Amino acid sequence: MSNPRFTGTERYVATDDLTLSVNAAVTLGRPLLVKGEPGTGKTQLAEEVALALRLPLFEWHIKSTTKAQQGLYEYDAVSRLRDSQLGDDRVKDIGNYIVRGRVWEAFLSDVQPVLLIDEIDKADIEFPNDLLRELDRMEFFVYETRELVKARHRPVIIITSNNEKELPDAFLRRCFFHYIRFPDAATMERIVDVHFPNLKRDLLREALQSFYALREVPGLKKKPSTSELLDWIKLLLAEDIPAEALRETDAKKMIPPLYGALLKNEQDVHLFEQLLFMHRRNAR
Amino acid sequence: MLVKFFLGLRAAGVPVSPTEFLTLLKALDARVASGSVDDFYWLGRLCLVKDERHFDRYDQVYGRYFEGVEATFAALAEGTVPAQWLESKAALLLSPEEQAAIRSLGGFEELMRTLAERLSEQKGRHEGGSKWVGTRGKSPFGNDGYNPEGVRVGGESRNQRAVKVWERREFRNLDSDVELGTRNIKLALRRLRRFAREGVQDQLDLEGTIEATARNAGYLDLKLVAERRNAMKVLLLLDVGGSMDPYVRLCEELFSAARAEFRHLRQFYFHNCVYESLWVDNRRRHSERMPTYELLRTYAGDYRLIIVGDATMSPYEINQPGGSVEHWNEESGATWLRRLFAAFPHSAWLNPQREDRWQYTQTIGMTRELLEDRMYPLTLAGIDRAARELRGR
Repeated sequence: MSNPRFTGTERYVATDDLTLSVNAAVTLGRPLLVKGEPGTGKTQLAEEVALALRLPLFEWHIKSTTKAQQGLYEYDAVSRLRDSQLGDDRVKDIGNYIVRGRVWEAFLSDVQPVLLIDEIDKADIEFPNDLLRELDRMEFFVYETRELVKARHRPVIIITSNNEKELPDAFLRRCFFHYIRFPDAATMERIVDVHFPNLKRDLLREALQSFYALREVPGLKKKPSTSELLDWIKLLLAEDIPAEALRETDAKKMIPPLYGALLKNEQDVHLFEQLLFMHRRNAR
Repeated sequence: MLVKFFLGLRAAGVPVSPTEFLTLLKALDARVASGSVDDFYWLGRLCLVKDERHFDRYDQVYGRYFEGVEATFAALAEGTVPAQWLESKAALLLSPEEQAAIRSLGGFEELMRTLAERLSEQKGRHEGGSKWVGTRGKSPFGNDGYNPEGVRVGGESRNQRAVKVWERREFRNLDSDVELGTRNIKLALRRLRRFAREGVQDQLDLEGTIEATARNAGYLDLKLVAERRNAMKVLLLLDVGGSMDPYVRLCEELFSAARAEFRHLRQFYFHNCVYESLWVDNRRRHSERMPTYELLRTYAGDYRLIIVGDATMSPYEINQPGGSVEHWNEESGATWLRRLFAAFPHSAWLNPQREDRWQYTQTIGMTRELLEDRMYPLTLAGIDRAARELRGR
């Protein structure tokens, strides 16, 4: 293998299965479709893979209005029309008005690039189908200039999805699929360790305990995820909250300090407060 | 062995295609994974399973098929590879030529036959005690099908690990056991799109620009228009309770697909037949009701009406005043249905019952007559036909 293997980076903890998935996708040149709870580092994965393998990263963020064609190229007819009015010489070459998209740029890269197609499920339901040939053969045709664009180096393609729409079978068949599981306590400790190396042991333990207890609360609309935990710990450190404060909340079942970083939804906060209220009443 | 694993996955309802199977073989060939049994588990899942709801089925099939072969994996990792293993692997790994041939064969049946031949070959050669084929190899794979209750209580562990990855079955909760067919329904509902331009003008109007530019003595005069959006308005009336209970899942799928597809969607519920009022929320069906007259006033005209129900009830519920099973109705169901269909010229009835059974229920015939035959089965083809009907005229 000429490629170095991906094993995670200094600030990104990759589990064994994720490492294997990335390396398989790199080796076989297949797109890797990544799903998982929000906040488990799906988008970050592409950045870290690019960083770890020292490859350039091309990001294509998908919105509900994004068309597949926009990733390849767009023909700026309006500029050409305007230039023709002004008698500009550029107008004779249609190639001057072909605006390259992110996929094209990635195809032109001198070294193997990493291409991130972020949140593919946001786009129209037909969007993935329009990219089948491009992902399969790594080439596309520019009708305006009769030019076939081929990838110089097969990019490492990482696609993320939040499961808002189902993806078509034909598309899925061409991808590798990895589901990022919510990290277990041990992995989470490693993750927090990577981000806050000097965190005191007892604070970390208490914080993780509160965090996992909160995730267990039934009926939460949005369970707090890794990124929220990291934000929360950052706040705890900034406010210099001692570990005892957290433990205290655990015993008396009060709302953890600075819970706003963990619960992002008004209903969830209400639900949580209600549960605590009932709990305290029962305890009496 | 791997072919049987592949067939086992298919029998368990994991939608694996031959292409994906070949990818797995290619990945094995490229030595992506080391020899460890865990790595093979991850690699297989990466290549073959494309939906986290199927992970649990994969775990079960994996557990069944690889029971007792961890020792082989361990030997492989140590470099002491048993001869039979290599032999069976050689029989399984398809050459590039074969792979190309299979791709060009196209049809799945063709491939299945090829695989079956390979399987019988392999069985012959390994008779008498190879771990890879085992006694299970002789049973027809169909019998080994997926059993949702078939929890295999973890067999004895052959190496030091306490629990194997697949035996933890962590994805059990994700397996909903029912396929969400919403994508196909959405595609069928697409026929009902009617585009209109509303909102911010942010797209170039090519024809308008050309005309304005010509008028402007050839100097560019850009014209913009708003983006086209689906302006179709749909009113959905759903029959709930009683004989509709078996179809709840199907109706939910239709409803969720419709909600994603139409920005203007209103839904109401009724029981068996439409009378003088309907309700919006099933939990508050007795307190919050919408008079049908008001519904007619509010939505008639530009809304398309879709009724979902099995139209299976007592004939009195349609043709007699006071025939309702729930309350005293002043006017018969037929009167109300006629009013409804008159107010909504574009309407269709989707019936979850099989079309070939319709003739055995009297009230289905009566409803169809009232509908002038615009009743369609609640299947993809039926939705498609209904959409054409709703769109046309």
